[in-house]
Amino acid sequence: MGCGVTKTSEFNRKFDKDGNVIPAMKAAVLIQRWYRQYAARMEVRRRYTWNIFQSMEYADLQDQIKLYNFLGYLMDNFTPSSTERNLISHIFRENEVCRDAEWERYFSYNNITVPDIYSGPRLTFPLDMDQAAHLVEAFKNKQQLHSRYVLQLLLETWKLLRVLPNINRVSTCHSKEITICGDLHGQLEDLLLIFYKNGMPSLEKPYVFNGDYVDRGKDSIEILLILFAFLLVFPGDVYLNRGNHEDHIINLRYGFTKEVLNKYKLHGKRILKLLQKIFSWLPLVTVIDQRVLIVHGGISDTTDLALIARVDRHRYVSALRPPKKKTPSRTNVYADSERYDEMIICKNRRGSLTFPKPFGARESFQRRSLQDFSSTVARTLGEEFEVRRRQAEFSLSSFSKSHRILSSALSSDSEPESSEFTDTGNDEWKQILDLLWSDPMSHDGCIPNEVRGGGCYWGPDVTEGFLNRHNLQLIIRSHECKQDGYEFCHNRKVLTLFSASNYYEVGSNRGAFVRLGPDLVPYFVQYQATSMTRGLSFPQNVKRTEHTALKVLREQLFVHKSDLLSAFQEIDKENTGLICLNDWASAIERVLHLDLPWRVLHPQLVSSTTDGKLDYHGWFRDLALKKPSSEHIEQTMLETLYRHRSTLETIFRIVDTDNSGLITFEDFRQTLKLLSAYLKMEISDEVINELVISTDTNNDGSIDIDEFMEAFRLVDKSRLERGKSLLKLMQDNQSLPQETESPQTVYSTAPQTSQCPASQPADPPVSNTTDSACSQTANPPASQTGSLTEDCPASQTEDLCHISVVVPPQ
Amino acid sequence: EVTETSKKSIVTFSEIHHFLLSDTIITETQKRISNAFDVFDHESNKTVDVREIGTIIRSLGCFPSEADLHDIIAELEEEEPTGFVRYEKFLPTMTKILLERKFRPITEDLLLQAFEVLDQQKKGHLEPEELTKYLTQEGEPFTQEEMDEMLSAAVDPDKNVILYKDFVSMMTFDDTR
Repeated sequence: MGCGVTKTSEFNRKFDKDGNVIPAMKAAVLIQRWYRQYAARMEVRRRYTWNIFQSMEYADLQDQIKLYNFLGYLMDNFTPSSTERNLISHIFRENEVCRDAEWERYFSYNNITVPDIYSGPRLTFPLDMDQAAHLVEAFKNKQQLHSRYVLQLLLETWKLLRVLPNINRVSTCHSKEITICGDLHGQLEDLLLIFYKNGMPSLEKPYVFNGDYVDRGKDSIEILLILFAFLLVFPGDVYLNRGNHEDHIINLRYGFTKEVLNKYKLHGKRILKLLQKIFSWLPLVTVIDQRVLIVHGGISDTTDLALIARVDRHRYVSALRPPKKKTPSRTNVYADSERYDEMIICKNRRGSLTFPKPFGARESFQRRSLQDFSSTVARTLGEEFEVRRRQAEFSLSSFSKSHRILSSALSSDSEPESSEFTDTGNDEWKQILDLLWSDPMSHDGCIPNEVRGGGCYWGPDVTEGFLNRHNLQLIIRSHECKQDGYEFCHNRKVLTLFSASNYYEVGSNRGAFVRLGPDLVPYFVQYQATSMTRGLSFPQNVKRTEHTALKVLREQLFVHKSDLLSAFQEIDKENTGLICLNDWASAIERVLHLDLPWRVLHPQLVSSTTDGKLDYHGWFRDLALKKPSSEHIEQTMLETLYRHRSTLETIFRIVDTDNSGLITFEDFRQTLKLLSAYLKMEISDEVINELVISTDTNNDGSIDIDEFMEAFRLVDKSRLERGKSLLKLMQDNQSLPQETESPQTVYSTAPQTSQCPASQPADPPVSNTTDSACSQTANPPASQTGSLTEDCPASQTEDLCHISVVVPPQ
Repeated sequence: EVTETSKKSIVTFSEIHHFLLSDTIITETQKRISNAFDVFDHESNKTVDVREIGTIIRSLGCFPSEADLHDIIAELEEEEPTGFVRYEKFLPTMTKILLERKFRPITEDLLLQAFEVLDQQKKGHLEPEELTKYLTQEGEPFTQEEMDEMLSAAVDPDKNVILYKDFVSMMTFDDTR
């Protein structure tokens, strides 16, 4: 941007007879002016980097919601054959009805012996402060608490939580300052930093933790154990709120379930089950001095604390399932499995609105499988989503919407019962969803939160009304990541507080906590866990974060290649292979719906243009390997599977009913069929068989979920070009030692169909990228990821997980 | 007497050409402005916080001083300041700024000279305290945060001084990245 006009005349009076003051001032202004420009450009980069992360996060959340809507729909609308039964009914299977005593026996830890060589903390109950501090220290030193003590601690926590009210009431009497923390998301480093700066919880130092302790970060269980330990030691001075991630179904996708099963291979399942109960027993909100409300998500225009105080909060185990009805009825589809069969059969005899085909005899109906329904389901599901999306007058979230629509379809000829779903159960459920899932918005009103699929967006007028009604002065909530760790809105009546620093990427944001004294004036402390940022300057930080965001974005572009290509070709009707930047930008937005400033981003995503036009085929080649046409089908399937790997993994974990980490061939097959129905994409039986065979590395008829997910890994571009079959690749990977990654790598999935061209045996087998390397696109000028490797935990799946905000680090 | 109409009826080919050319430039310019504006339009309602105006203008390649910005903002604000600037007002102002090439960039040479002026003893480097004194007290002073940020990029970690020649080269290289 050179302007060529030198202004040396400005400094001609450098050596003024009076001295240097005047020129120095001019010099200072110049430097300031220049630096501010530089800083502004950094800021813009930081800003769109942030936008990228947030929109990816929301897109992923929506995926999650869509998946569960879909599964719910299936569940209500067809009978699984006996082999498919577990697959779907398991998702919605309620807790087995047991008396508490039976549960205590199930969770009993007494018969778990702790070996002598165990060097971690040995807890004795009741806990005291020293033990809690010792626990913190142990986790700091990367020790793991033995499952016996975990279960014991969790049981004690459960007992305590059961007697706590829905609304914690705290007072700042005796000049106590209360410390409030937001989302931690398994980032132990941040909790340790908070304790270091602020001191650990004690009688003199009360704390409120505002939910989302787990998922995404890798030390979720440790954070829970620490918080619960302090809760047990100081029950009058530690307050825990429930967050939307304190939900076992969410945990299936966002990493907590996996973390626990990996760390506790023998007893993980029981621990998870116990946590499921504990989560449902966490209090919903905290009120300080009857003036300040602390809640994880927020409020809606119908939030009523009096009602909140009365609900049976433990009935709402997961946000994605409505509460189980205590009195079973004919229209109650959420009863346990035995009832479920009866029910479906009854319903089917009446005929269903969604499947107008007449039902045959009972036997023939039961023989119907998922496969038969997939096309029907896919079509009607797609239509149904569209219809719902367009309905303007939503008052409930998407979850409850889908259930309402489905349930009303079921109960079409029994009017009185259909009203059951608008009874208090549903109202209470909505209240809780609103508390845990809502976000503030800047304009007035209250609309359903379509982005998250639960809760709502609430405006300043709603805040005003709510505070007046309840005689409060401030709402402190979390749930949204903020660059500076906290942010006010609604005329400083709503404070968002987020305590997980470097949430999207190292350097992406600070964390914060707040202290409130009797004057209820907030005092903020911000921090950033700096083990990786130490020594990085501000511009370096920005660039590094930007680098990750762009990598993630390029990945998204790659996996949507087929759709993008169609969009480009629609515009480029003369097939010149060129497209102007404006068209490029609008096509991408149409396909990806990420609402990002593509034109501003284009210099980062496009390496060169001729005359303002982009050669899009060449561009795709830069992003990924373009395969010859015969492999086009395979490419689409690979892309799709890769794009939906989170969903795929989530379904696997659901299918894995005993949380063993293994699923049978049959379940695997059913999973892929389920996925193909959901995606409205054909995955043929041959492909499935090939996948099954190639991934049974244990040779025992079962598939290790982690290993299968690892199969989505980088493959050397040149190897793919040589057309090596995937089977061979996997065999090679298992037999060879790890090597460092080569500069040109692309994404591919390990399982490929037999459509691969024949491999050439002469090629030396080169192994895949190592455990420590993060994935990279085949973008030649890019991107040394060396510095990011330390962030990635050991396993390969986790590498991919870590660099992509779509799949969280574990 | 030449009337307005008759004046206008005399049009040369080069004028038409010029008109068309500048039209394209105007459109392109306006697109750039629109895109930059959108990055900060958090609610997608074609308004931005007035405090972001400086960043937006600078992101479009201009080097205004704080005083310049002050004047621009005064022009852009509503009669009753709302704290927000609307796109309809921003666009013409910004178009003019860009087309007139106001607030031209500062060259590497000029920047270097500025540092040399501050380096009164001609040491070839500046102490952090020296630079801090100038930039937080003279001219349009930096806030502590701005100063800290600049120091984090400028100070050589081994020698704890600002080797301004290297710094300038590095930063201007960055700009052209």
